[in-house]
Amino acid sequence: MHCLWCENEVEFSLTWKSLLIPSREKVLCSSCRGKLELLQGERCNMCSRVSMEKLCSDCKRWQSLTHPSSLQWNYSIYKYNYFMKELVAKWKYRGDYTLGVSFQSIFQEHFKVHFNHLRKSAIAVPIPLSHERLKERGFNQAQMLTEFLPIESCSPLERLHGEKQSKKTKKERITGGNPFKLKETIKKQVILVDDIYTTGATLHQAARLLIDSGCPAVYSYTLIRG
Amino acid sequence: MTQLQDDKELPHLSSDQLSPDQLSAYYSGKRLLRNEIHIQEVYFQWLLSKQYFIPVPAIKRKLFHYTCQRCGNSRRSLFGDIPCASCGETHVYCRKCIMMGRVLACDFLYYWNGPVIERTLLQYEPCTWEGTLTSTQEKAANRIVKAIQLQEKELLIWAVCGSGKTEMLFAGISEGLKKGLRVCIATPRTDVVQELKPRIQQAFSSIPIEALYGGSNDTEAKAQLIISTTHQLLRFQEAFDIMIIDEIDAFPFHSDPSLLFAVQRSRKLKSTSIYLTATPRKQHQMQILLKQLPHFFVPVRYHGHPLPVPYMKMSISLKKDVQNNHPPASFVSWLKKRKNPNRQLLIFVPTISLVESLLASVTKLLLQEQMIKNKFEIASVYANDGARVEKVQAFRDKKLVAIMTTTILERGVTFPSVDVAIFDAGHDVFDEAALVQIAGRAGRSAEDPKGEVVFFHDGKTEAMIKAVEMIKEMNKRIADF
Ligand SMILES: [Zn+2]
Ligand SMILES: [Zn+2]
Ligand SMILES: [Zn+2]
Repeated sequence: MHCLWCENEVEFSLTWKSLLIPSREKVLCSSCRGKLELLQGERCNMCSRVSMEKLCSDCKRWQSLTHPSSLQWNYSIYKYNYFMKELVAKWKYRGDYTLGVSFQSIFQEHFKVHFNHLRKSAIAVPIPLSHERLKERGFNQAQMLTEFLPIESCSPLERLHGEKQSKKTKKERITGGNPFKLKETIKKQVILVDDIYTTGATLHQAARLLIDSGCPAVYSYTLIRG
Repeated sequence: MTQLQDDKELPHLSSDQLSPDQLSAYYSGKRLLRNEIHIQEVYFQWLLSKQYFIPVPAIKRKLFHYTCQRCGNSRRSLFGDIPCASCGETHVYCRKCIMMGRVLACDFLYYWNGPVIERTLLQYEPCTWEGTLTSTQEKAANRIVKAIQLQEKELLIWAVCGSGKTEMLFAGISEGLKKGLRVCIATPRTDVVQELKPRIQQAFSSIPIEALYGGSNDTEAKAQLIISTTHQLLRFQEAFDIMIIDEIDAFPFHSDPSLLFAVQRSRKLKSTSIYLTATPRKQHQMQILLKQLPHFFVPVRYHGHPLPVPYMKMSISLKKDVQNNHPPASFVSWLKKRKNPNRQLLIFVPTISLVESLLASVTKLLLQEQMIKNKFEIASVYANDGARVEKVQAFRDKKLVAIMTTTILERGVTFPSVDVAIFDAGHDVFDEAALVQIAGRAGRSAEDPKGEVVFFHDGKTEAMIKAVEMIKEMNKRIADF
C-alpha cells in the first residue's frame, strides 16, 4: 500500500488488528501523518482555538455581536499548518476526493470522545456548497466528512451562489446577508460539519438559520481550526 | 454529451469567436479537457458535430484495469473513486495528473482534427545571438543541424558541465524555425524553464516564445517555439517536429513513466529528438556503446580549461560531527587553507534536515574565519523553499558569500567563481551523476577556471570513485578531440 500523499510504501507491523483491517484502507505514511499537528493544550471552550483563556477574543466578539450565540460550541482536531494547507488544497480545490479518506478514522475517534453524549439526540448536517461550486469540484468535502460519522444525517441547508451574495439583492435583504437558505426545519439538535473553522462566520450563519426555525441547539464539528 | 445532427447549421457567432482556421492555431497538437477549451458550448457542439474536435474517453477501462488517457497512468493505486456530482455516478478519477486539473472517468479529452496550421517559411535568419561559438561548440551545432536536415530520429549530445550547450542549440532551432517546424525545448524542472526563457528569447528576439510550467502566464501554448516542463507536455498530442530534451538524465523516467509517455505523445510521428546530457544514464551509455543511439561528444568547456578534479577528504568522525550539528572536522582545516579564499562557497549536504541543523554552526565557523561579515551573508536553499529563486540570485549578485543546499542545486545553476564542498559525499543521494554534476559547478568562468571540489566522507563509495574517474576520462578526451 502507498501513502496517499507522498506515494511511499506504507509499512505495517503485522498484528491481529492490522490483519483485520480491510487492506483497501487508505492512509498517510507515518512521516506525512507526523507533519499534521493536533490542537493541543488549553483551548477556547467555544471555538477550539488554542488559547489560555476559556473564551478567546474572537469568541468574545461573536458573543457581543450575536446575543444569544446561535452556536453552542465548535470542536476541531487539527491546526491549519503548512502541510495541512497543502493537503486541503489538493483535496478540496484540486478535487482529490480520496485524500479525504485519510481523515476517516481520526474524525470518527474524536467524535466518540467529544460528541458521544449527542449520539442519540443529534443529527449531522454538512455545510453545503453552492450548485455551481459543487459542479466544479465534483464533491462536497463537508458531506464526505459527515458520511464518516456514526449518526444520522440530512441536508436541510442550501447555499446561494457567491455572486448573488455579493450583490445587494432582494433575497439578501430578506435573509440578512445569510448565504444559506433552509429547505426544511429540523427539530432535533444539530451537529454542523465542515472541513475548517476559520472566522466561524459561515457556521454561525448556518446555526442562526437553524435556531430561528426552531432547532433546539446547534454544535459544530470541524476537522481544522484555521 | 448531446448528439447533434450532422447537417446542423453553424451557430451564430459573437464577434470575438474565432473561425475554425483561426482555432487551429490554438488547438492543433493539443489534447485537452473541455474546461481547457475556451469556446462557447453551442459553438463547441457544432465543432464536435463537424469533427473539428474528436472526443476520447478520458479514462480507458478494460475489465478492472484503467488507463488515464492524458498521463498514461495505469496503476490502480493512483486512481481514486469519487461519487461524482457532475454525472451522479461513483467512478474513478486519475490522481496521478490531478495537479493539471482532474481527469474524471465521465470526462472526455478532445484533440483537434480541423485544418492544420500552415507555418510560413522564414525568409530571414531568426537567430539574433551575436556571440561566437568555440570550434567545439560549432561542431556540435553543425551535427544538430544535420540531424534536423536529415530528419534523424534521435541524437544524444554528451556535453560536459560548462560546455555552453544552450548556445550549441541555436543553429538547430534556427533551421527548424526557417522550415516552419514546431520546436519544443523540454526540461523536468520549472526553474530551468524560467531561466531558459529569457536566454532563448534574447537569441530569437523576433520569434514569439512561450514558457510552459505550472503557474506560468503563457497559457495559450500556440507559439512555434515552446519551452516547457515535461508535465506540461501532457496537454499536447503530435505537436512537435523537433523535441529538444535538456538534461535527459535528470528525468525521473524510471520512477515516473508518465514523463516518457508525455514526451513521446507530444512529438510528431516523424520528428527529430535531441537529447542533452552531461552525465548520461547507464541505459544511454549502453545504447551508445552498442551504436543504437547516435551521439556527439563535447568534452571541452567553452573556456577550454579542463574540469576541476574533485579530491576526497576522509573524516572518520564525520557522522558523529554531523549528529552533534557540527561540520566535518576536516572541513574546518580545509577552510583555513583554500587556494583562493575570494571564491564563494557552495556546500552540499544530503538532506533538508541537515541543511537546517548545520546552518548555525557553519555560520559561526565562517564568522570566526572572517569569511563572512554577518549571518546574512550565508543562506540555506532547498526544494519547496519559497525564497529559492531570490537566494540563488543573491548568491549570483555576491550578496551571499556561502550557500548550504541539497542536491536541488546540483545542476542548472551557474556561478562564476565558487569552491564546492560536499558533506557526507558517501550518502546514497549522491550517486555518480549527482557528484559529477555538483563538481561541474566549479571553474565555470574563464577568469577563474579552477575552483576546488572536495568530497568530505567517512569511507569512499563506488559512486565517488566512479565520478572522479569519469571527470578524469573527460579531461583526457580533450587532448584527443
Ligand atoms: Zn474561541
Ligand atoms: Zn492522469
Ligand atoms: Zn462523473
